[in-house]
Amino acid sequence: MMVTEINSITPLLAVLVSMIASVLILASGKYPNLREGWTFGAAAIKFGLVISMLPLILNGKVITYTVVEMLPNLPIAFKVDAFGILFAITSSFLWIFVTSYSIGYMRSLNEHAQTRYFFCFAIALSSAVGIAFSANLVTLFLFYELLTISTYPLVAHNETPEAISSGRKYLTYLMIAGVSLLFAIVVVYHYTGTTEFSFSGIAGMATIPQTTLIILFVTFMIGCAKAAFMPLHAWLPAAMVAPTPVSALLHAVAVVKAGVFTALRIILYVFGVDLMQDSGIWLYMAYFVSITIILASVYALMQDNLKKRLAYSTVSQLSYIVLGALLITPHGITGGMLHIPYHAFMKITLFMCAGALIVTAQKEKISEMNGIARQMPITMIAFTVGALGMIGMPPVGGYVTKWFLLLGAAELHSMILIAVLLVSAVLNAAYFFPVIYVAFFKKPDHKLAYKEAPLTMLVPLVLTAIISIVIGIWPDAPGMFLDIVEIAVANVTGGGI
Amino acid sequence: MTGFDLIAPHLPVLIVVIPLIAGFLTPIVGWIDRRLPWYWVVLAMFVVLLITGNNLVTVINSGTIQYKLGGWDPPFGIEYVIDLLNGFVCLIIAFIAFMVSIYSKESVKKEVPGKTTPFYSVFLLLITGLMGMTITGDIFNFYVFLEISSLTAYALIAMGDRGDGVVASFNYLIMGTVAASFILLGIGYLYAVTDTLNMADMQNILPGVYESKVVLAALAFFMVGFSIKVGLFPLHSWLPDAYTHAPSTASALIAGLMTKVGAYAVIRFMFGVFTPDFVINTTQMTHILAWAAALAIIVGSVLAIAQSDIKRMLAYSSISQIGYILLGVGLANMIGMEGGLLHLLNHALMKCALFLVAGAIFYKTGIRNLYQFKGLGKKMPVTTTVFLIAALSMIGVPGTVGFTSKWYLALGSVDAGQWIFVFVILLSSLLNIVYFWRIFDNIWFGHPHEIENIKRDEAPLTMLIPMVILAFLCVFFGFFAYYPVHYVIEPLSEALLGLGGVP
Repeated sequence: MMVTEINSITPLLAVLVSMIASVLILASGKYPNLREGWTFGAAAIKFGLVISMLPLILNGKVITYTVVEMLPNLPIAFKVDAFGILFAITSSFLWIFVTSYSIGYMRSLNEHAQTRYFFCFAIALSSAVGIAFSANLVTLFLFYELLTISTYPLVAHNETPEAISSGRKYLTYLMIAGVSLLFAIVVVYHYTGTTEFSFSGIAGMATIPQTTLIILFVTFMIGCAKAAFMPLHAWLPAAMVAPTPVSALLHAVAVVKAGVFTALRIILYVFGVDLMQDSGIWLYMAYFVSITIILASVYALMQDNLKKRLAYSTVSQLSYIVLGALLITPHGITGGMLHIPYHAFMKITLFMCAGALIVTAQKEKISEMNGIARQMPITMIAFTVGALGMIGMPPVGGYVTKWFLLLGAAELHSMILIAVLLVSAVLNAAYFFPVIYVAFFKKPDHKLAYKEAPLTMLVPLVLTAIISIVIGIWPDAPGMFLDIVEIAVANVTGGGI
Repeated sequence: MTGFDLIAPHLPVLIVVIPLIAGFLTPIVGWIDRRLPWYWVVLAMFVVLLITGNNLVTVINSGTIQYKLGGWDPPFGIEYVIDLLNGFVCLIIAFIAFMVSIYSKESVKKEVPGKTTPFYSVFLLLITGLMGMTITGDIFNFYVFLEISSLTAYALIAMGDRGDGVVASFNYLIMGTVAASFILLGIGYLYAVTDTLNMADMQNILPGVYESKVVLAALAFFMVGFSIKVGLFPLHSWLPDAYTHAPSTASALIAGLMTKVGAYAVIRFMFGVFTPDFVINTTQMTHILAWAAALAIIVGSVLAIAQSDIKRMLAYSSISQIGYILLGVGLANMIGMEGGLLHLLNHALMKCALFLVAGAIFYKTGIRNLYQFKGLGKKMPVTTTVFLIAALSMIGVPGTVGFTSKWYLALGSVDAGQWIFVFVILLSSLLNIVYFWRIFDNIWFGHPHEIENIKRDEAPLTMLIPMVILAFLCVFFGFFAYYPVHYVIEPLSEALLGLGGVP
């Protein structure tokens, strides 16, 4: 399939906006309103730049830009395709909401080092969009490492011994992943002489001997530890020590989705659909991530801390995305890719609700939330919307992706994978309904007066909840996520659904 | 005929002559006014930098420069040869020396009070020695300059911490003398078999006498001698003390340059005196070197983790980093060699920056124990940012110079089929994270309440500027490594491994 490439500097600008903003944030640390102004401005401009590329992508074009030839034959380059812009839109759009939410959260709690917080946040967003637009593995690795480093100060933000040790854990996992990824990239370059992504996989990959290929795939997947596959997931619950907006945007969207995004890039754009199928790797990996899907849900059941429960839920949901890609069928891939924005909207709603509970009611544990809905009805309704979406109940978005994933599994006649998806849905219900039940129907320990979180926090979480419903009711509206995903799927499979 | 035309043919040799003469004149300059020697050194280093830059450009454009000292034809007279290899190394020396000389102003005043004039005099003579070792094409002349650089280094180190500096210097003196003796013996042996002292000449004659055990012994002596000089594990014991107890300026200079010139000498002797085929295939010397280097990489990093004095930690890190350079050389393939040569430049930039930072922190606070760095991020934001960049570069984060050489070294190891070296390189970057990250934690993630009242108190501008330039270059060459690689390192590696001689 012919794809027209258009050369444009827009992707670079989209990445750089928040880098430049980070410098301004640092410079205006003494004036909080100005500082947050920069963040808002950068978020809006970034989203504008990303969305400005969408019409071209929907027309089946690809936008490329080579920044610099770092070493001979090793350029830092951007290539915006449908899959990349899907992730970029998700993270840059949600940054706008989370900025507002962050301001409410950080100021309500009177947090220290807010300048550092907003500075690192901006860099992390640059890295996420950089990962989305990377044209080759080396560029992707550059932003992948930058994302790890820039999020460390956010995880260790509290500077308590607990925060520092969680930060260390975070760093250990992700840096080992980085090294593993680098190793795999070096091997790919050694065999193929290039690291550039291609719709049908990198051409020379088929020449690699089978054993090496399997080892290579495994090291790549270790490299994608940001996707929190079990047993490489432990950093994610540990990272929940970070302020809640960080958990919401970075550890439900930007960082973890960067992990699954990378995994999908590797599966579909480095190895390619054909090679995955011929080598038989897909099936083993599909079973492997299925274990994560089930096991993480079971872990989630056992958590009393709401943020930790959400974190394990994320671990489980991320593997849906990878599973989708591994199904190799157009429907499966559609389900996987579509789950990136869909899960993002729902999970960020849930996290923002959890943060609102911390700020307003000082409650982190589910067992302490008896009747909390009487105090914070709007928050808890938004939470319910998010939870229903995660379970897969229409009309909230989640059912759309589940449907595609089930179709994909059905096409393969794999009873096991169908069973995994269904059992997981039941488990999701099992760990979300108790929260809803406790909040709405249990009698509070003492009388609770109506008191919601500040508007800067409440508005974003209501909006994301509404969007979660909208994308469930009209998933096929023109220009919406499903449209983008269909193009991406057509690119990698050579045909449509 | 203008004045410049008169000087132009002598430009190659001026990079040795200028520091030499300037060094001897320093006492007079210092006698006129005690503040003058700093300006004098900076000026001399700036001129040398310009000339070395010009030399390298000439070499790139029109090939090797040969300069006959005193007009005597080689092989009878001493010949200075500037090719891509030493043109490149000379530029590194001149640049680092220039940066350090700017930086030295306040640091020297504080750390060697009352001895600034002798310090600068010796400083210049050290540069003379290093430059001479690098550009000479005569093997005995090489030894002479080796001694000059060693003796001046002993002197500089002895000016450091009261007591400890002298002991460290004495240790180094013993080890350095042993090394020099080995090298001198090697030179003597080769002279005995070839009847020449000119390197190029020697390389032509040697292949005929490779069967001779004397030649083998000479090679072994050189390798041992240079291994001591570069601090290759397990012959590194002099290095940590010397780096730790020298004055900050001297540490930066010695760490940034001495070992680099040692590594240069290894490359020059292996590929410019002996022939590639001999060191790679016949004696397998490169193979031995690669394994020793791999060991050094790991051991150096592990020992660095155990240190609490920042300078000592950086010293052990140097032991590991010199392993990177020699590993690249030892891989003896195109990509590996490129990695090693690139790391010569990269390590000079980052390690110099780190030692300068350590010096600046010591200048401001008197602290070298890295567990006492709490709150420094607030007190010295620029200095600590430089530290962050240089340290990330040491770790090999992409976008910094450390990544480019790591990439080449890992790729070279895969090309050579030596998977174990790939693991060594990757493991080492993890170890680097361990020993640098605890410093980051101390600098920026102390206890927020304790550091609330810390006011900004930066190092003086003369210290900040060179540090910032070095940090900038760490990032700049991280993205634009294409230029040094394309113009210097690629043709150089090809020449080193391919035809034998250096272009």
